[in-house]
Amino acid sequence: MIGEFSPGLILIVGALLVPLLRGHLRSAYMLALPGLAFWYLLGLDHGSFGQIQTAGTTLVTLRVDKLSLIFGYIFLVAAFLGVLYALHVDDTLQHVAGLIYAGSAVGAVFAGDLITLFIFWEGTAIASVFLIWASRTETAYRAGLRYLVIQVGSGVLLLAGAIVHYRQTGSIAFDHIGLSSLASWLIFLSFGIKCAFPLMHNWLQDAYPEATVTGTVMLSAFTTKLAVYALARSYSGTEILVPIGAAMTAFPIFYAVIENDLRRVLAYSLNNQLGFMVVGIGIGTEMAINGTVAHAFSHILYKALLFMSMGAVLFRVGTIKGSELGGLYKSMPWTASFCIVGAASISSFPLFSGFISKALIISAAMDGGYFWTWLVLLFASAGVFHHSGIKIPYFAFFAHDSGKRCDEAPGNMLCAMAITAALCVLIGLFPWQLYALLPYAVNYAPYTVEHVVTQMQLLMFSALAFTVLMRTGIYPPELRSTNVDFDWFYRKGGKGLAVATGGALQTAWDGFVTASRRATRQVIAGIYRHHGPEGMLARTWPTGDMTFWTTVILAACLILAYF
Amino acid sequence: MNDSHTAHHPAPGDKSGKAYWLDNPRNVNRIVWALYAVCALLLAIDVFVHKHGPFKIEHLFGFYGIYGFVACVALVIAAKGLRVILMRPEDYYDR
Repeated sequence: MIGEFSPGLILIVGALLVPLLRGHLRSAYMLALPGLAFWYLLGLDHGSFGQIQTAGTTLVTLRVDKLSLIFGYIFLVAAFLGVLYALHVDDTLQHVAGLIYAGSAVGAVFAGDLITLFIFWEGTAIASVFLIWASRTETAYRAGLRYLVIQVGSGVLLLAGAIVHYRQTGSIAFDHIGLSSLASWLIFLSFGIKCAFPLMHNWLQDAYPEATVTGTVMLSAFTTKLAVYALARSYSGTEILVPIGAAMTAFPIFYAVIENDLRRVLAYSLNNQLGFMVVGIGIGTEMAINGTVAHAFSHILYKALLFMSMGAVLFRVGTIKGSELGGLYKSMPWTASFCIVGAASISSFPLFSGFISKALIISAAMDGGYFWTWLVLLFASAGVFHHSGIKIPYFAFFAHDSGKRCDEAPGNMLCAMAITAALCVLIGLFPWQLYALLPYAVNYAPYTVEHVVTQMQLLMFSALAFTVLMRTGIYPPELRSTNVDFDWFYRKGGKGLAVATGGALQTAWDGFVTASRRATRQVIAGIYRHHGPEGMLARTWPTGDMTFWTTVILAACLILAYF
Repeated sequence: MNDSHTAHHPAPGDKSGKAYWLDNPRNVNRIVWALYAVCALLLAIDVFVHKHGPFKIEHLFGFYGIYGFVACVALVIAAKGLRVILMRPEDYYDR
């Protein structure tokens, strides 16, 4: 052991020095931070370290095992790539927020207890919102606020669950929990919000496309995969996750087909890919958990790559709407090529990363006899190729030529995309390197004739469907539009409710004020009647009356005294 | 976006005159025909692939291809239909 502190702290504390540095020194420093943390990680032994005694309980800030290590590795790789992609940005706020965000995610992964987890969990929420606000638009500000409320809410549920869990079991260990008690449901809900479960998903599609070009790349890597890690740690084999995950794979792809903002299309497909991982956690066998972890690993890379390529288009062209783009391969051939590598990886083409990771989950579903789930996963696999694999590159770089001409992406962006694309291909070519890092031993060969041929059939016939629909004009054109999703309920429905409630309150208040005024007027009129100029009590009485009444009272006193 | 550096060279129709391979519709047709050929080939070799899965439906001839095609067509048509219910003007939430 070199030391006993969470590797996340290297990024978080390191980020605080970034504002003091400028130019190339700052670039080198920021790139070195994830590298240093990675090097520290390589020297760690398995076990629980960094223990802090507090308030009668022990916090474990550094729990090292195979599950936390692989997430630690990929988070640090993603942090490095995210920093490299953002090097041209001259906005210190974004750099600091990005590093603290990544550091918090790493810290959460190595948390050994629920309180440490909670602290870093909220850290990811608060640091990441600045990547959205850094767009500095009204829309981004509002989306960021909605995002922050939901993310912090997830943390509050986690804390509440942890406290109830402690009261019930006397333990705050972040281990397998399973669904049984109230506490376990609270924690499950907290993880579910961050994992974008159906009906709790909309913060993702709402906020990610509003973040900055470079911020979205960072966002795509950490928050949701941290939730996947937490679910895999605490809820593996929880049966309800299978239908939840299956629903997650299926419904976002309908939105992805008709969405015009290409970064929002990617947000929907991110949601769909999380579904595969959640199904794997629900099945809970060694193969399924391996599949979930492997898929999270390759997903972080190809999803970041896709967001990078779309970010580069937004950076150069100024818009990312499918309806405005097309023909950009002429201006940005490298970006287009890297985008296609990301598209092939997310679509699980043989020789690319998605092929060797998603297969573990689908095989686990088959082995477990989950027939309907398997059918849904196949449908979602065809669908993800359709909207992420074809739609994204097609509408941005090909389709009809929009006539837009621009420069190729900046060098640091191209460099980040090239490394990410290389990793996607290397994982596809040498799956055993990744399999060796997984929590359990892998007994699965991805490159069999059966697997390659059936996967190619699924993909090529999906491409055929796209071609036929395009050529017959059935394929829906990209239109400038907003598609309402579940967020309608709090953005319009909630607003409507607030307006209606506000209206009712206003009416009630007005009524109260009117009634009070009337009552007050009556009181005043009453007083006026008796004390006003004409009032009986306000009359000036002559001195004779006074003498008369004094005599009467005196006489009464004498009579009383006499008796 | 504040940090997007727009760098248009206003050249509608690409006046630089450089002709790209994909600009020629015949080449696009070639790609489409190649796709048809690959699909036909993949369907043809299905007979020779031994499938080990537990579900009977998977062993039907050309299951993966047919399922992929039908799934995508259904997906697109359903999504197109959903536009009727879901689609709003771009500034819907800003009103």
